[in-house]
Amino acid sequence: MGAPHGHKLHFHGHSWLHRLPAHVKLVALVAFMLTVVATPRDWYPVFAGYFLMLVALVAISHVPPTYLAKRMVVEVPFVVFAALLPFVATGPQVEVLGLSLSEQGLLGAWGLLVKGTLGVLASLLLAATTEPGALLAGLERLRMPPLLVQIMGFMIRYLDVVTDELRRMHVARESRGFSARDPRQWPVIAKSAGVLFIRSYERGERVHLAMLSRGYDGRMPR
Amino acid sequence: MHVPDGFLDAPTSVATGVVAAVGIGLALRGARRELDDRTAPLAGLVATFIFATQMLNFPIGAGTSGHLIGGALAAVLVGPATALLCMSVVFLVQCLLFADGGITALGTNIFLMGIVTVVVGWAVFRGLQMVLPQRVSSVPAAAAGAALVSVPVAALAFVGLYAVGGTVDIPLAGLTAAMLSVHALIGLGEAAITFLAVGSIVAVRPDLVYGARRVLATRSLVLRTAGR
Repeated sequence: MGAPHGHKLHFHGHSWLHRLPAHVKLVALVAFMLTVVATPRDWYPVFAGYFLMLVALVAISHVPPTYLAKRMVVEVPFVVFAALLPFVATGPQVEVLGLSLSEQGLLGAWGLLVKGTLGVLASLLLAATTEPGALLAGLERLRMPPLLVQIMGFMIRYLDVVTDELRRMHVARESRGFSARDPRQWPVIAKSAGVLFIRSYERGERVHLAMLSRGYDGRMPR
Repeated sequence: MHVPDGFLDAPTSVATGVVAAVGIGLALRGARRELDDRTAPLAGLVATFIFATQMLNFPIGAGTSGHLIGGALAAVLVGPATALLCMSVVFLVQCLLFADGGITALGTNIFLMGIVTVVVGWAVFRGLQMVLPQRVSSVPAAAAGAALVSVPVAALAFVGLYAVGGTVDIPLAGLTAAMLSVHALIGLGEAAITFLAVGSIVAVRPDLVYGARRVLATRSLVLRTAGR
């Protein structure tokens, strides 16, 4: 259960990192994260190095650190999970503040936290410095199948339209005195989901017809 | 919740990435059959719908709430191949634009919450459809069954992956029990909401529901004259 989505993470800017082609940034992100994941978790100085590298990149990008910090909330679910690890993992126990914790679990929680946090920070930086359109072009250059690029393009284009529709339905429900407290209200919310599907699907059909009338033949013009 | 970076080791992440890529490759062919040249705009809008539905919170009580994963729901609404494409694109966008789910765990997330829920959901749906009466009204029930089974199976698949490539030793029996009991509950919620949502769509536009097409094709026109 992730944190709420719905705001664009892009931070407008003209830094060197902003101007770098998206496919280069994507490949760099994947390579960096694979390296991080493969690094043994007790190589503490190496993780400090990774972190400093990201901090340097943030500084170059001119994205305010507070902007990124606010968006780090997506990592809350796995921080909770990491906090539980020392209590459930097996192996030799250590005494910390009067609590008996698993040594393996503590190390595991550290590994999960540091790798996960590096991942979230690196992904946020990519999202903050790359516009969705550039990202699509980058994925296309990296040979992602064209149909998948098109689907993703439509999704990004209509993301705000559909989520706004959902918000209007929410406002309409609330303004009629509806308030969701427990499962007795599920039928109403599920009906909203049903209506949203019908509206989205019909919008898709209209978009398709509009594209056909402009000469669409299964490929996107450049 | 999405699997973050560093949760599973690198070989497991790469292996699930390959499985996800193969699954998407097969789905790309299948979607052409389900939607022909309408694939791109329609799958795009359905992906947006899935994304939005995951933002729709269902209150459980005591201030907590949950949301749908939507794999089984998508499979019933638009067919398994298109559903798989939509789910994959949703995870890709969540990973790249919202930093939700690690980039190295993208294959794992697509495999667990995309491929497993869609394939299992669709298989259960078709199985139930053969058993239940051939009526439009049994489509929501079959969809609910699909949602109910798909969530715990995805949790089991996660435990399986964790046994192979987990980075911390947790007693597997305990992990299995915890994951299964929690996800059985989540599955119940998913089933209830899928039932209600599919029911509301089938009541208004049964022609849009991929899983209802077979039943609609066999339905014949009934003329009812008034007063007799």
